[in-house]
Amino acid sequence: MDIFLQQIINGLVQGSIYALVALGYTMVYGIMGLINFAHGEVVMIGTLVTITVAGTLIKAGMPVALAGLAGIMAAVLVCMALGWALERVAYRPLRNAPRLTPLITAIGMSIVLQNVAMIVWGRNYLTFPSLLPKVNFEWAGAHFTAIQLIIVLVSAATMGGLLLLVYRTKLGMAMRATAQNPAVASLMGVNINRVIAAAFVIGSALGAVAGVMVGTYYEIAHYQMGFMLGLKAFTAAVLGGIGNLAGAMLGGILLGIIEALGAGYIGDLTGGFLGSHYQDIFAFVVLIVVLMFKPSGLFGEKTGDRA
Amino acid sequence: MKFEHFFRSTVGIGLTAVLLLALPFIAALGGQAWVRILDFAILYVFLALGLNIVVGLAGLLDLGYIAFYAVGAYTWALLASPHFGLHWPIWAILPLGAGLACFAGVVLGSPTLKLRGDYLAIVTLGFGEIVRIFMNNLNAPVNITNGPQGITLIDPVSFGAFKFSGTTQIFGFALSGPQKYYFLLVALAILVIIINIRLQNSRIGRAWQAIREDEIAAKAIGINTRNLKLLAFAMGASFGGVAGGIFSAMQGFVSPESFSLIESIMILAMVVLGGMGHIPGVILGAVLLTVLPEVLRYGVGPVQMAIFGKMLVDPESLRMLIFGLALVLVMRFKPAGLWPSPERKRELTEAKP
Amino acid sequence: MSEVLLEAKAVAKHFGGVKALRDVSLSIRRGEIYGLIGPNGAGKTTFFNCMTGLYVPDGGGFVFDGQPLVADAPHQAAERGIARTFQNIRLFGNMTALENVMVGRHVRTKAGVFGAMLLNSATRAEEAAIRQRAIDLLHYVRIEERADDLAKNLSYGDQRRLEIARALATEPKLLCLDEPAAGMNATETEELRDLIDGIRRDGTTILLIEHDVKLVMGLCDRVAVLDYGALVIEDVPAVVQKDQRVIEAYLGA
Repeated sequence: MDIFLQQIINGLVQGSIYALVALGYTMVYGIMGLINFAHGEVVMIGTLVTITVAGTLIKAGMPVALAGLAGIMAAVLVCMALGWALERVAYRPLRNAPRLTPLITAIGMSIVLQNVAMIVWGRNYLTFPSLLPKVNFEWAGAHFTAIQLIIVLVSAATMGGLLLLVYRTKLGMAMRATAQNPAVASLMGVNINRVIAAAFVIGSALGAVAGVMVGTYYEIAHYQMGFMLGLKAFTAAVLGGIGNLAGAMLGGILLGIIEALGAGYIGDLTGGFLGSHYQDIFAFVVLIVVLMFKPSGLFGEKTGDRA
Repeated sequence: MKFEHFFRSTVGIGLTAVLLLALPFIAALGGQAWVRILDFAILYVFLALGLNIVVGLAGLLDLGYIAFYAVGAYTWALLASPHFGLHWPIWAILPLGAGLACFAGVVLGSPTLKLRGDYLAIVTLGFGEIVRIFMNNLNAPVNITNGPQGITLIDPVSFGAFKFSGTTQIFGFALSGPQKYYFLLVALAILVIIINIRLQNSRIGRAWQAIREDEIAAKAIGINTRNLKLLAFAMGASFGGVAGGIFSAMQGFVSPESFSLIESIMILAMVVLGGMGHIPGVILGAVLLTVLPEVLRYGVGPVQMAIFGKMLVDPESLRMLIFGLALVLVMRFKPAGLWPSPERKRELTEAKP
Repeated sequence: MSEVLLEAKAVAKHFGGVKALRDVSLSIRRGEIYGLIGPNGAGKTTFFNCMTGLYVPDGGGFVFDGQPLVADAPHQAAERGIARTFQNIRLFGNMTALENVMVGRHVRTKAGVFGAMLLNSATRAEEAAIRQRAIDLLHYVRIEERADDLAKNLSYGDQRRLEIARALATEPKLLCLDEPAAGMNATETEELRDLIDGIRRDGTTILLIEHDVKLVMGLCDRVAVLDYGALVIEDVPAVVQKDQRVIEAYLGA
């Protein structure tokens, strides 16, 4: 029983991170139907920027909390700028291009960002500075750390903020309108370019926050870390029903929990034939199974074909 | 159209044949490494044209194509190497590899092909990862794939006593292993080109095109869209399986590393970058994307040395950086690919406001 | 062979709370031109989509040519002999006019992948027959000179004709036209009228959904009126025209 609870907690933490990254995918997809493959790389850049900024400041003698905060701020700003630039330079010129063209561009950008990161930060694993005290809690036989608690709380707060933005502000309304029908929205005076740019910038900011969380949680970072993370997060977005904000959040958390439980129990389930290094397949197996029965994802609207 | 006219003319065919015959010998002047690069270019032409059936003709976005290649490669590796002590002949393994890849395609495709295009992309991508993870980990408790170390000493392609590895004397010519594989691969590539052209201009090809254009209208005139998509998917997978088998034999070694997602993406990039659905474009894309990174590999270091007098940037990452930028730039300035079919080109110029 | 070609039995369809079709029953006889009219949103296209398998009805069903129609299988409807056009023309825009009609032959031909790859004599013969038949059909709808143009570059009227040619290529027993005269001027409508009449004379039963009441009344043997998803009347045009309920439905009284 405590393994079960433990894995739920681990999954919730991992899932909160997936959810934040998934939001970046789902917002862009919802508004312009593009899989922004480079989003995982934005997250990676966020982590690495934090390492550089916070690490340098700590070395310079700044208090850890302050240095951490500065690192996070820097990461958010850099990622927002990066997201904006990605959209402006790479994707905007391709609005009318064939469907696969922006996808290849996204893949190209992903390769570019990875290699820029490798040139800047090197090909070795980097240690993430410990920004939070290592405090352990115990509850009902399961252990969790302050870091885990904070990740879940920050993630929840960020998502709450995003929902407020999307459902309570003028920009949010413009975003929702554009997602429904860009042509009509622009006739109604919505500046489509601004809305799309906003989706990229906001998504990248969330990605930066997620990047800091990943760094804090695993304490290491690497120029290739964004790819698998991005892939999983995109899976989470599809699982929840892509384009749907709440779906991305729930999909992310669900995916985190499924992975954690899967990794915890796969050995027992297969009589030791498959071990926990199969963790990565759960995401995809679950995705395939869900889409077989719910082709629009768990919380996606049914998009019926119209004659 | 001009391209096809040229290649159907006697002069065109003659020139192409001479060039194809001479290439491996010209490349050999720069060392056998270049012949091997040439081999890979042709292998990728084969792979890309297989994927072109799925993506270009039927319009299905397949991001896990490499998984089928892996199935073919491991089928050959397991059945023709000391790993299990099996040494099956080519006429048994190659069809089996193609068949298994085809079967995998049907198993994956039948539940997922009714999904919207982007969902299909992510499902196929996930499938590719699953296959790779299994190959990486199926070395314990029973050693099937030998895990990350991969399988070595794989049998080369051979027909009876004629082996494709090592040097052979033919008509006074010394043919190296890579040169022999070159001719085998060219033959296979010509075969897949013919198949692509014939499919494109057939009842099935038209139905695929119709599905790509408007699925509802295609259904309304009686096209069983699900079966036809499955057919495209399975065919593409079979070609992937064959290519995998040849790859395995040619390298003499396979490991899961060769089948990562980036490989799938690379092949898709070849198809799209060249000009989706347009055979000459796809060939161009495949050759370019195989040769360009190699040229960069050999060029980037020396150029840096010449300009700056020292290595400023790790050549490997600079090489990939340039490659990524090339993808972005080509898509920016030639959104339909470098050599699109005439129709698609028209489609785009008209779409511009 | 029964006189009735298609029979709808209490077909019902709702979208959420909206009842788009309320137990619609009607029957179409062989060889007739059957009109289906009604105000906007009366359920005409929904009826069409249920019949051709794009929608699954929530109640009732169809009997076509003596056999029930399987719901949710559009490609089988075509195979059984129901062809349709779309209200908002759906051609394969980047294929030529000729290719559009050639695809229409799909369901009546059988060359498979291996035939295509081997290009054996049977395949070649079939391919030639498909092409010839498609050319004939383009002649039939009088757009043969546009054969090699991309469908999307055809004029509006020619696109309508091409869509009809493509539908005819499936050798339908029942040809369903969804507002074919929409957006046409008087001359074009007149030509369309002749075309439809000609198709019927050549032996194909026609179901016509139309807004142009004049066209329907002049062309159809029998007419059914839908209003708010329910069948109001099914009779010859002369009777329908005088029916009080129909007048009310159209005037919105």
